[in-house]
Amino acid sequence: MRKAQGSWERRILKSLNSMCTELSIPLARKRPVGEQKELLNKWNEMGTDEPVLDLSLFRPVYAPKDFLEVLINLRNPNYENGDSHSFRTHLGLIQVPLKVKDIPELKEFFVELGLTAGQLGVDDSTQVPPELFENEHVRIGQKVLSEQDSAAAQQYIRQGSPTALRAELWALILNISSQPEDILYYEQLKTNVIQHDLLVDSLIYKDVKLTASNDDYYFVFEDYLYQVLLCFSRDTSVLGHFAYSSASPPKSYIRGKLGLEEYAVFYPPNGVIPFHGFSMYVAPLCFLYHEPSKLYQIFREMYVRFFFRLHSISSHPSGIVSLCLLFETLLQTYLPQLFYHLREIGAQPLRISFKWMVRAFSGYLATDQLLLLWDRILGYNSLEILAVLAAAVFAFRAVNLMEVTSLAAAEAVLADLSTLKVMPLLQIFLFATVT
Amino acid sequence: MNTLMDVLHHRPGWVEVKDEGEWDFYWCDVSWLRENFDHTYMDEHVRISHFRNHYELTRKNYMVKNLKRFRKQLEREAGKLEAAKCDFFPKTFEMPCEYHLFVEEFRKNPGITWIMKPVARSQGKGIFLFRRLKDIMDWKKDTRSSDDQKDDIPVESYVAQRYIENPYLIGGRKFDLRVYVLVMSYMPLRAWLYRDGFARFSNTRFTLNSIDDQYVHLTNVAVQKTSPDYHPKKGCKWMLQRFRQYLASKHGPEAVETLFSDMDNIFIRSLQSVQKVIISDKHCFELYGYDILIDQDLKPWLLEVNASPSLTASSQEDYELKTSLLEDTLHVVDMEARLTGREKRVGGFDLMWNDGPVSREDGAHDLSGMGNFVTNTHLGCVNDRKKQLRQLFRSLQGQKKTPN
Repeated sequence: MRKAQGSWERRILKSLNSMCTELSIPLARKRPVGEQKELLNKWNEMGTDEPVLDLSLFRPVYAPKDFLEVLINLRNPNYENGDSHSFRTHLGLIQVPLKVKDIPELKEFFVELGLTAGQLGVDDSTQVPPELFENEHVRIGQKVLSEQDSAAAQQYIRQGSPTALRAELWALILNISSQPEDILYYEQLKTNVIQHDLLVDSLIYKDVKLTASNDDYYFVFEDYLYQVLLCFSRDTSVLGHFAYSSASPPKSYIRGKLGLEEYAVFYPPNGVIPFHGFSMYVAPLCFLYHEPSKLYQIFREMYVRFFFRLHSISSHPSGIVSLCLLFETLLQTYLPQLFYHLREIGAQPLRISFKWMVRAFSGYLATDQLLLLWDRILGYNSLEILAVLAAAVFAFRAVNLMEVTSLAAAEAVLADLSTLKVMPLLQIFLFATVT
Repeated sequence: MNTLMDVLHHRPGWVEVKDEGEWDFYWCDVSWLRENFDHTYMDEHVRISHFRNHYELTRKNYMVKNLKRFRKQLEREAGKLEAAKCDFFPKTFEMPCEYHLFVEEFRKNPGITWIMKPVARSQGKGIFLFRRLKDIMDWKKDTRSSDDQKDDIPVESYVAQRYIENPYLIGGRKFDLRVYVLVMSYMPLRAWLYRDGFARFSNTRFTLNSIDDQYVHLTNVAVQKTSPDYHPKKGCKWMLQRFRQYLASKHGPEAVETLFSDMDNIFIRSLQSVQKVIISDKHCFELYGYDILIDQDLKPWLLEVNASPSLTASSQEDYELKTSLLEDTLHVVDMEARLTGREKRVGGFDLMWNDGPVSREDGAHDLSGMGNFVTNTHLGCVNDRKKQLRQLFRSLQGQKKTPN
């Protein structure tokens, strides 16, 4: 796994470097004073600025589908394709035999999502009288907050968070409190942005313009996205997460000193090269947090706890490889007819669901549903729910999918997820389907 | 994307009448109305989509006059506190006749910003902001000369209105709300409120530094469309449900309830203020587009009422909203005579006022008093109209079959 991750990283860095050479733009440069002043003035409205460089020259370093190709080609060199019957019959794209949970294990893991427990996203709908569940749940939430009990909050949020309490609950679970030093740290990052211009900044601008700005709902938060992402790319504290990640930060060398370790620097400073769609990790958070330094801290914590696993190759159960395998296994085991049919028409299910999982469904689900989903990610401290939801979506649209005869048609059936209600789908798939 | 034609063509049993044929239903232009209403004979069942003198509500100078008069009356009858409930429109003066009153107010509040709006134009045309009397002196001279040359009609009426300098901002942007109110009659007053609507965002970031930049201040989609930042894919609108959720997660549900209840107050009182003035012809109904601005204290302000809200769709989502709105309007108008007349909800419309407040609970005593109305409204709430319509029409079918 580490070898694969290493070679993937080299590819990305090569792509970045070659873009840099092609366009003759330095990876980093200090801004002239005039430019610094101008940027400072426009800090709150960077979205209105036309970037200095022509963005069409930039390509995103990679898109999710490029990453998928890498994952599909992962092979375990120690693995002998002998008589291991169970894995040889795996019809999906992922060919790495990692251990994933099956439905009985998932039912146990996600026990609080069961049919006998109340849920926000199900039991707060208009037909259900609030006395049955919602009122009491809100009351408990308020108590958890007043006692500032982080562990209790994590347990509580498995059943969903009330809208009014969500921002505080997430902050409690992620251990974010806005201390003066945090605000100062953010201001320091902002200063770094003002003083130096990085090549990745253009990648960030492009990504925001292409994705979040074009979204029907997130366009409003465009300015916040720049403020968060530009600072994020300069935040060296993010390097800390590489200690528990299979990835390593890309390195670059001061001009003329290629290969000399004393002149190596991490590039970008936070070690994370953004890919196409990266800004969608931040966009939903703008719904909850309006103060830039707090928004920033929440995003950073979400990234180093969860999101980094979605675009690096590892064997962790919440890593993207495991999620893909979990998705495929669930589908193949519990909807074999559908899986076989899609495979026959050249529409491997993972090719469609991959982008949902890499983005943690941001931009695909309606915001209120997305937030209910992310409640559970925080509550269970795991991303496995993304794979379960992806399988549940296929199960929900199975009837239509059985009738399609091409990949394009299958994509069309699954193009619009904005009307889906996440919690009922998950409950039906996990607890109410006859297996 | 012509929503109206699509809805009318798809309605079962409806046929488009060409030329001089006899019609039962006409979604007319206000100009047609002006020219033909007075000498058109209409059978009892015929319906038309405007009230003869709707402009009492929809022309800014008349609306202000009616509201001021209503407020005075309320003060006489029920006291200052009650009259204060009408303070949802910014101080407005008709120009040029109230010019001197305006100057007096202007001098009392130095440094504030004012907005000048033509009474009869739409889509943001002719509007500008100013802070100095000098600015309108110049304008007065200009309009006098140019208008006389262009048109035959005399100098256009304007209103000068106090500009709301602390609008609520989302993402640093100003926005206003478009809400739909359907009035079936004025005497007695029967009004329905549609659950869906939208927030329209300005493309640029709000600042008081550039009052000349109309892109910053005017949120009409028509104006925003010409802004250099405009990307048609965006549409710059949020559905009201999204807006309501956003506010709830920021301010909590009680604050949101208060805001929406204050908005109900605006709709009802504005209609009450013209109730006695508008000719309540039984053939008429009208679908109004209310423009509301929220300030940073979460107080809603009435900007204006439109008699012909735009029915063109700017996106797929917008198309669905407007076609549903029109379908439900036709259900309430009920040319097919399917309703009993006792319904409190039809599709996305909730009956807001029925010659008195309509309460939310079924069968419960209607709320009394002149407090802020707790009405049967669900603005920005879930709109499961298809399901509701199915249930409604099924039960109406059932009622018809069983003899009394």
